Amino acid sequence: MNCYLGVDIGSISTKGVIIDDDNNIITSAYIWTEGNPVNAVKKLIEILKKDLDSRHVIKGIGTTGSARKLIGLLLNANIVKNEIMAHAIGTLSLYPDVKTILEIGGQDSKIILLNNGIITDYAMNTLCAAGTGSFLSSQAKRLSINIEDFGPLALKSTNPVKIAARCTVFAESDLIHKAQVGYKKEDIVAGLCKSIVLNYLNNVGKGKKIKSPVIFQGGVSKNVGVLKYFKEILNTDVIVDPNSHLMGALGIAILTKKNKTNRVYDLNIQNIEFSTKAIECKGCSNNCEILRIYKDNKLVDSWGNRCDKYIKN
Amino acid sequence: MANYYIPARYLMEKIVDAEIIESPFITSKTIEIGNKYSPEFVCTPFKYTLGTLIESLDMGANVLIQFGGGCRYGYYSELQKQILKDLGYKFELYNLVTAGKTDIKRIYKIIKKIDRKFNTFKGLYYIFITYKMVKYMDKIDDYIRQNIGFEVEKNSFTNLLNEMLKKFKSVNNPISLSILYHKYFKKFKKLKTNKPKNCLKVGVIGELYTLQEPFSNYYLEKELASFNIEIKRFTNVNYLLFSNKKTTNKALKKTKKYMKYKMGADASSNVYWTKYLAENKYDGIIHIKSSFCTPEIGVMPILDKVANDYNIPIIYFSFDANTSEVGIKTRIEAFYDMIEMRRK
Repeated sequence: MNCYLGVDIGSISTKGVIIDDDNNIITSAYIWTEGNPVNAVKKLIEILKKDLDSRHVIKGIGTTGSARKLIGLLLNANIVKNEIMAHAIGTLSLYPDVKTILEIGGQDSKIILLNNGIITDYAMNTLCAAGTGSFLSSQAKRLSINIEDFGPLALKSTNPVKIAARCTVFAESDLIHKAQVGYKKEDIVAGLCKSIVLNYLNNVGKGKKIKSPVIFQGGVSKNVGVLKYFKEILNTDVIVDPNSHLMGALGIAILTKKNKTNRVYDLNIQNIEFSTKAIECKGCSNNCEILRIYKDNKLVDSWGNRCDKYIKN
Repeated sequence: MANYYIPARYLMEKIVDAEIIESPFITSKTIEIGNKYSPEFVCTPFKYTLGTLIESLDMGANVLIQFGGGCRYGYYSELQKQILKDLGYKFELYNLVTAGKTDIKRIYKIIKKIDRKFNTFKGLYYIFITYKMVKYMDKIDDYIRQNIGFEVEKNSFTNLLNEMLKKFKSVNNPISLSILYHKYFKKFKKLKTNKPKNCLKVGVIGELYTLQEPFSNYYLEKELASFNIEIKRFTNVNYLLFSNKKTTNKALKKTKKYMKYKMGADASSNVYWTKYLAENKYDGIIHIKSSFCTPEIGVMPILDKVANDYNIPIIYFSFDANTSEVGIKTRIEAFYDMIEMRRK
């Protein structure tokens, strides 16, 4: 049986999906990246392999997410694509009539607008982390709440506090202030969830026409508190798929299938030694930082040069 | 700014008797120096030009010439003068534009000050040649932008351009310049390309400095060309110096639906160009500016409206000294995927 592997390596989590020819998910995995994409992917592959047997033949591998280029090299991927495309394709395979995709990940957030299955517009947050998952998780730690309990706790609140959420730094000091004057924890947590939504809509969603059906995905979509405020503020139903965290991986797996060659892929990467060394090119005062990628101590690729003066060797 | 140092140097060399020091190409070091001595929230062109001025002073320059106006940029040279004086440099700095206007009499006085033996007739003659040179360069650049994404032999366009510019440096009369230009235009047309008839076309608009200095926009046009896209850009020195007013007036007439009054700097022109690109079936528009550029921030909602009415995708980039290059690449790649998908 032919199957295809899609890997989405984000800043916080690494996701993997294996699909068959009809886009059915055979197996999937979701683990933390922990700042080491190579190790995370090695771990991920081991988990995925448990559900495969000799009948399954990997006919394609695709990578997406912020470490897509590096992991693409590691896995010999036949397609390496940006997250926007991967998310759109993944979502379209389950919801062909989707008009708006709201996505909040660990480090960035995006909005994708579609019409008749075609991306018509998109935006990604540029400068600020105030509307993303890493902000939520750092605040959860500060309030010593498990990130999993964050959403349910927010739902208990009847009076969410107002939090100045323009910027994480101000939001945090406002949050401390609100806690010090005695607000209840659930009200603060609810206020935070609301602030994430407002910030997202004012920043990434600025000037975009949000039409239903609206799908919400990315790690933060698991937070029922944030979901509640999206529904309330947009005044429309917002769908969260049970696999919402896997959409990017699913999308890249489908793209891989579309671009398949006849090659058969090997998932034995445990013993491949993969390392990155950075050198500074001294060709001019740009001092480009050139990343050299070694696979088993052999140089496989290098990037980061602005001009052709630096020659690969 | 890009290759414009060539005509600028040419003109100064011919009309004043002084040693001309070419400021070095902008590198990461330039912006590092500029960043260090600039107010944090000033827009990026200030940082680039300040960095360049310091690098030039370090190379021994004692007269600096600035050319800027239209927006906050008009005040820049005053502030830069003060910053450089505080740093202890000794120099004279002239801004050829005052209060947003180019006053010929004042410029004449400045040149007389730099070189007392300045010959007016000779000056006018070389100004004319320089004017022509800029015009020709911009025309060639337009052609390159349309075709470089499809070059068969790598770097063939850039190499030919450099060859032409080298020849431009040594012309002495308008006729030989014109002959050179026509000769090279033919050569450019002969360069092999594999351009399909219905290639993807993207218009690039926005703030003037960021548009024209490739280092400051992280080589956006080069990146676009690598996806086999034809690029249209309206802003060039020719536009800034000679057809700015005309375009703004035209913009006000043609885009009455979107704006009533003139907006700062090139904002009005950008509205007009967006409409033009949409009407001429371009696949997408990229609007770029340096962070905190007020006129361009003001125009963004209007551009959104135009793009919405014509159903053409538009994305915005703000470039700062600390922008992450990877983020830009991801967005451009996604933009390409999107316009390609829309075509199908």
